[in-house]
Amino acid sequence: MDSLEEFRNHVREWLQDNCPESQRQPITPEEQYWGGRRGSFASDDAKVWFERMRDQGWIVPEWPVEYGGAGLGEREAKVIKEEMKSLRARLPLYGLGIWMLGPALLEYGSGAQKEQHLRAIVNGELRWAQGYSEPGAGSDLASLQCKAEDMGDHFLVNGSKIWTTAGDRCDWIFCLVRTDPTAKKQEGISFLLIDLDDPGISVTPIELINGESEFCQTFFDNVKVPKDNLVGELNKGWSVAKALLVHERKLMAELGSDSPRQVVAPNAAAREYLDFDSGRISDAQLRSDLVEYDMDMHAIGLTHFRTFEERQAGTRSAAPLVMKYVGTEAEKTKSELLLAIMGSQGLGWEGDGFSEQEIDTVRLWATSKAMTIAGGSSEIQLNVIAKTILGLPQIGGS
Amino acid sequence: MALVLNEEQRLLQDTSREFLNSHAPVAGLRALRDTADSVGYSTELWRQMAELGWASIILPEEYGGLDFGFTGLGVVMEETGRTLTASPLLASAVIGASAILLGGNTAQKQTLLPSIAAGEMTLALALEESHHHRPNRIATRAQADGDDFIISGSKTFVLDGHSADRLIVVARTDGETRDTSGITLLLVEPDSEGVRRQRTTLMDSRNAANITFDRVRVSRDAIIGNPGQGWAVLEPTLDRARVALSAEMLGSALEAFERTVAYLKEREQFGVKIGSFQALQHRAAHMQSRIELCRSVVLQALTTVDESPEQLPLLASLAKAQLNELIKLVSNEAVQMHGGIGVTDDLEIGFFLKRARATMQAFGDTGFHKDRYATLCGY
Repeated sequence: MDSLEEFRNHVREWLQDNCPESQRQPITPEEQYWGGRRGSFASDDAKVWFERMRDQGWIVPEWPVEYGGAGLGEREAKVIKEEMKSLRARLPLYGLGIWMLGPALLEYGSGAQKEQHLRAIVNGELRWAQGYSEPGAGSDLASLQCKAEDMGDHFLVNGSKIWTTAGDRCDWIFCLVRTDPTAKKQEGISFLLIDLDDPGISVTPIELINGESEFCQTFFDNVKVPKDNLVGELNKGWSVAKALLVHERKLMAELGSDSPRQVVAPNAAAREYLDFDSGRISDAQLRSDLVEYDMDMHAIGLTHFRTFEERQAGTRSAAPLVMKYVGTEAEKTKSELLLAIMGSQGLGWEGDGFSEQEIDTVRLWATSKAMTIAGGSSEIQLNVIAKTILGLPQIGGS
Repeated sequence: MALVLNEEQRLLQDTSREFLNSHAPVAGLRALRDTADSVGYSTELWRQMAELGWASIILPEEYGGLDFGFTGLGVVMEETGRTLTASPLLASAVIGASAILLGGNTAQKQTLLPSIAAGEMTLALALEESHHHRPNRIATRAQADGDDFIISGSKTFVLDGHSADRLIVVARTDGETRDTSGITLLLVEPDSEGVRRQRTTLMDSRNAANITFDRVRVSRDAIIGNPGQGWAVLEPTLDRARVALSAEMLGSALEAFERTVAYLKEREQFGVKIGSFQALQHRAAHMQSRIELCRSVVLQALTTVDESPEQLPLLASLAKAQLNELIKLVSNEAVQMHGGIGVTDDLEIGFFLKRARATMQAFGDTGFHKDRYATLCGY
């Protein structure tokens, strides 16, 4: 037996012994633990489960032990993920801290920043928000205007950020700010960590077409930020942000498979809502749409697997760069397909006459529209593929 | 690892590409077409391909085979797709060899496989009876007559059928036209009395034939596998054909796409490279995305043949359906993005377009494989 198999057995056994029964059920959005000053556990079991995983370093298995990880390789981390999945173990902690900021700090952060933030992230003490987009800077992110002026011993921040996920429940925000207004676009941007409790900050929720307000706009009015909170070099924040965007896109591409809501797979919904004739869906159009979707998801799953194998083998291909585009487009297709399969039951917004699952599906359909916009719209993804993979000339010029 | 080429396969890829570029470029297909070559492929080239071991690539060593499996075969198929190389590789070394390997008795294996492996004998599968791939709709009859069988019926779209040294005929010894039971595979010598072969001229300048069987007598020894149970051999053989052809289609799609992207970087209009236009960039980037998905699917399907044949039907239909759609998209866009020269015979892109259509029909169009995939998924 090779050592990875031994490790897998060890993980399986440990999870069996340590994951409470109640933490082996599908999780609802309300039950997720996102940490932070305002965060709380949905149950004692959730707390126990979180603490055990934290002490094991398996919340972030690939991080160094000194910062709360287990210092494991990607293969071992994948084994943990797979074993958790097969046990249907819940994620003990959610958040941009473990998914995005942490990896960026490990790469670009100073020793002091790692000390200050990484353990706090793994311990669930602080919940992080992301401050990239602005009302005037969406797809053209590099045109952002929120500025941080060098006041000698601190930065003075003025401006606003939009689409800060759960901004009203977060403690800190990592921001892209303009530190050199004279430099060209990307070159005058810095990456700054800001405490949302600082004076001069206000946060306003935004109501979306899905009826929820998971995003906020955050306003900065003469906010003083210590200079130690600068990550990486001054005016070099764009490279930190780019590294982080890779994590975000990977996350967006994978999000569908980990959706917290109780949404059925389209082929299961078909059995519930559609007529069958000798084992076949009678509606030829829906049957055709469904099989196209299933085939695409099959191909996407195989491509995720291929990119993993390529990383293990130390080879590279274009596959990872297309996954955000194909993954989020497939999510949208899935939602449209579910609505079509559910017919008029797929129109319910709230109240009687519809199951909870039906309403969730409809709400998620509305949410799915954001997936091909957030984290770099599909059009931006195609620009990136054209430029970086295909080497096509810049738009509008040579 | 399954979805990444190993050292041996990368080497095979390099040598295949080098050999095909120098010995069998697209210009070779053009020459075959323009000279109305009577065989439809270069027999000298096929001899050289056999010398490289390609005719025996999937066969076990005991029959003189290279034993590289389908993952090895896929590398070669992909490269022959890039050069549109005409040869009996698919018809004989993949389909013929698979049918004998999966269904043949010891005597058949021992007499036929070494000749197939050496490239000295070519086989062709006489299956289709209508203008769509319907492998279970077999009306051709093989009637028992003492120790013999008498075959009557007609076949169409028999790939490399007019030049093959042996035909594998899918006939019915029992049952109704749409039954999978009652199908029997029989080896027929093409110069037997009652066999009439008519070569057809298809748009892809490759080789296919219509063949009629008028009371053709064969002995019981000609049966591959068990009488009436030919489906058990035919279905996996067809799935192997679908997977191998998908690998070829991937190669053709890659080549047509890469040539097109190169043209976008070279052609100028309105004073700029046309590749700087977003209307073209997004279409090219979309194609790149579909190519990435298709590459994973083809690699997995090839691996499935070698490692988990029980999953082959699902993977073969996934691969063929996805590659049908990819090659359709890419070949159409390749012509459109080349503009005026794209519709000239002088440019080789037209050969990719035409070959694409033949491969899309062979062994199941998208509708056939979507239906099969859905059925396998239980809806």
